[in-house]
Amino acid sequence: MSDVPATRSVAFVRHEQIAPSPPPLGTGGPIAWLRENLFDGFWNTILTLTAAYVVYLLFVSAFPWIANGLWYTDSLKECREALNNQVGACFSVLTERWHQLLFGIAYPSDEYWRPSLAFILLFAAAAPVMFFDLPRKLLIFTGLYPFIAYYLIWGGTILSPIMALAGFVAGYYVYSLYVRDSFFKGAGGGVAAALLVWIASSYLIPLVASDTPWLQAVASRDLGGFMLNMILGVTCVSLSLPLGILLALGRQSDMPIIKWICVVFIEFIRGVPLITLLFVANVVLAYFLPPGTNFDLVLRVIIMITLFSAAYIAEVIRGGLAALPRGQYEAGDSLGLDYPQAMRLIILPQALKISIPGIVNVAVGLFKDTTLVSVISMFDLVGMIRGPIVESAQWKGIYWELFMFASVLFFVICYGISQYSQWLERRLATDHR
Amino acid sequence: MTTTTEQPRDGFKLSMLLNDTRYRSLTLQFIALILLIGAIAFLISNLFANLAANGLDISWAFLGEPAGYDINQRPIEYDSRSTHWRAAVVGVLNTLIVAFLACVTATILGVIAGVLRLSKNWLVGKLMAVYVEMFRNVPVLIWILIIFSIMIAVAPGPRAYRGDNAEWSMFLDIIAFTNRGIYVPSPYFTAGFFDSSLYNWLLVLAVLVGSFFGARSLSAWATVKQEATGIRPTIWYYSLAIWIVPAVLLLLIMGMSWDVPALKGFNFQGGLQIRGSLIALWFALAIYTGAFIAENVRAGILAVSKGQTEAASALGLRPNRVMSLVVLPQAMRVIIPPLISQYLNITKNSSLAIAVGYMDITGTLGGITLNQTGRAIEAILLLMLFYLTISLSISAVMNVYNNAVKLKER
Repeated sequence: MSDVPATRSVAFVRHEQIAPSPPPLGTGGPIAWLRENLFDGFWNTILTLTAAYVVYLLFVSAFPWIANGLWYTDSLKECREALNNQVGACFSVLTERWHQLLFGIAYPSDEYWRPSLAFILLFAAAAPVMFFDLPRKLLIFTGLYPFIAYYLIWGGTILSPIMALAGFVAGYYVYSLYVRDSFFKGAGGGVAAALLVWIASSYLIPLVASDTPWLQAVASRDLGGFMLNMILGVTCVSLSLPLGILLALGRQSDMPIIKWICVVFIEFIRGVPLITLLFVANVVLAYFLPPGTNFDLVLRVIIMITLFSAAYIAEVIRGGLAALPRGQYEAGDSLGLDYPQAMRLIILPQALKISIPGIVNVAVGLFKDTTLVSVISMFDLVGMIRGPIVESAQWKGIYWELFMFASVLFFVICYGISQYSQWLERRLATDHR
Repeated sequence: MTTTTEQPRDGFKLSMLLNDTRYRSLTLQFIALILLIGAIAFLISNLFANLAANGLDISWAFLGEPAGYDINQRPIEYDSRSTHWRAAVVGVLNTLIVAFLACVTATILGVIAGVLRLSKNWLVGKLMAVYVEMFRNVPVLIWILIIFSIMIAVAPGPRAYRGDNAEWSMFLDIIAFTNRGIYVPSPYFTAGFFDSSLYNWLLVLAVLVGSFFGARSLSAWATVKQEATGIRPTIWYYSLAIWIVPAVLLLLIMGMSWDVPALKGFNFQGGLQIRGSLIALWFALAIYTGAFIAENVRAGILAVSKGQTEAASALGLRPNRVMSLVVLPQAMRVIIPPLISQYLNITKNSSLAIAVGYMDITGTLGGITLNQTGRAIEAILLLMLFYLTISLSISAVMNVYNNAVKLKER
């Protein structure tokens, strides 16, 4: 082999690198995404086209209806005339009847600011419970909120919420005095002190209350609209949580009598539909109360819904308790803690954390179920729509706009709560980090 | 209460009832029992005091009295002279009918939506997510009312079908959508073996059950053959024939014919009328619960670990065999328990029938019977007992199933 002379070198040598050519059109960018995700094979393409057609149909039928919607007319007839045979919604029923939808028929219209303020304050009260980064001092407001909200919504003498609060304060004071001694002593003393204050004030308040309170008293039967759904939902969820914890602990306990009381209660409540319990509240409960007492319907309904959701929450929390490893219980015992201490300091914080998604599910379900009170002729949001609004002469025959409004209200709240719960779950996940 | 500082002696002291863990549970249970008995006695004494004050009593005699109201959907013989008890039985059957229809439809919808939500197709996945979130987060009562108002407000009256160039015509000339419900053809027998059509249908059902066992033994035979020789004989056309031939023969012998609805006067006559209230309840419950079932199905499929699928593929199974032999049996263990509790929810939510006037047990016994006789306590007690029986028996079945499929660990 002879050496190749330098002059006979190759004709061309590239000194710079060629820029990489772009990938074929089908393997990158939006087209590839489309191909992989939408048109991957025959059946997938058909599925995509069907889905796109469904979306198109929904859009075509809904968009002109919403876009042509009229917001300010006085009756359905006027609205239909103004629309002049075009497709369009009559949202004017919402603007004309918004006060009935939100507050019911009978709530005095000068006082709408009161429930509205209570609603806004609800966010302030819920914030420190929902977001742990906020200063803990804010929890004081959360504790005061039930009394403020009661006073704002029902009005009347300010003494009743104050005395109710005083009962709780007295109870807590006695409890904290004796709890170091024994939990049972503290709890018993606290309950006794609270009851004492309440019984005393029930005799005292009628004597001292003025006839012209600062806030006009509103009767329970005058509550209605979405406000009623909110009141029932918030009250029953908050009340059923402690009751549910007690029931769950009772069902897990070693004491057979207490265990069986809880089992029978939970299984009974979970076995019947909420409507039958509302019937009980409506027509039967009065027979079981002392003759002469007269609970109003809202209170009876609150009692029954609370019992209902407490049974479901108890089952969720029982799941959380059962999921804890046995070592946690034994650790509590070996530290020398007694049962209430072990529960409060070791078991419940962990069990409740596991049960959060389930509890939120129950809460969302309960909030949706508050619409059932319309069946026993209470005028909540659905009751208002089915009764006074659709039956009225002006708006007879209107359905879609009203049901859409109700659906959107419920959707926003329920979806919001479930998103919050997912966030909370991620936030509390301490294990797999 | 005394707190002892010295060493506790063996002798029993009263304070040990609260402070000694050996006795404390007894004390607490005793207190709970006393409180419970006290509460029940208090309620019962209130009840009798109230009943006496209003001149009432507890009596079940009203169940034997004539009901005096009509029920528009009657699975069994019933007229207004029938007793309240019979009205309640009609209500129970109506509850079971709507619950059964809704359970079947919800399962189909839920499985389809759950599987499609996991599909690689982006658009379909998102669409199913929208369906699930939209229906889960709005009360079922609102859905029932929406579908009911569609039936009432959008569907035409029977009048729209009249005349030579009517606005509406029957679908395929056999099905009519009206605001009084949907009219579909109903089958009947011209030469049935029994006078009552119910018995004739039961006969058909019995033949189908026989076919089921026939097909099963055929499949068992094929399995035996496969285990012996390694080759599974092709049997699907035999088993199809076992299913179809006897039933069709029986129907032909009994002379099955169709009663097609037709417009006579102001309304449709003949055929089977499915009322708007039943449709509203059925579809609303099915779509609403279908959204929950979709989530259960999705969770169940996701719960089967990827390694299982890969192991099955490594063994050389084809994709559909992987699905049917490996993934589904494991997913089922996760899916079935929540699925059954969704069925329970459907049954309980069917009590919302009262909102659209469907005459289920809540509408008859808890509605009209209660209002006519004023026997609130008795009626509601019976109502609760009915739902409780259904719930408890379904949970019993579920427990048996759970024990059968749970992982057998050593």
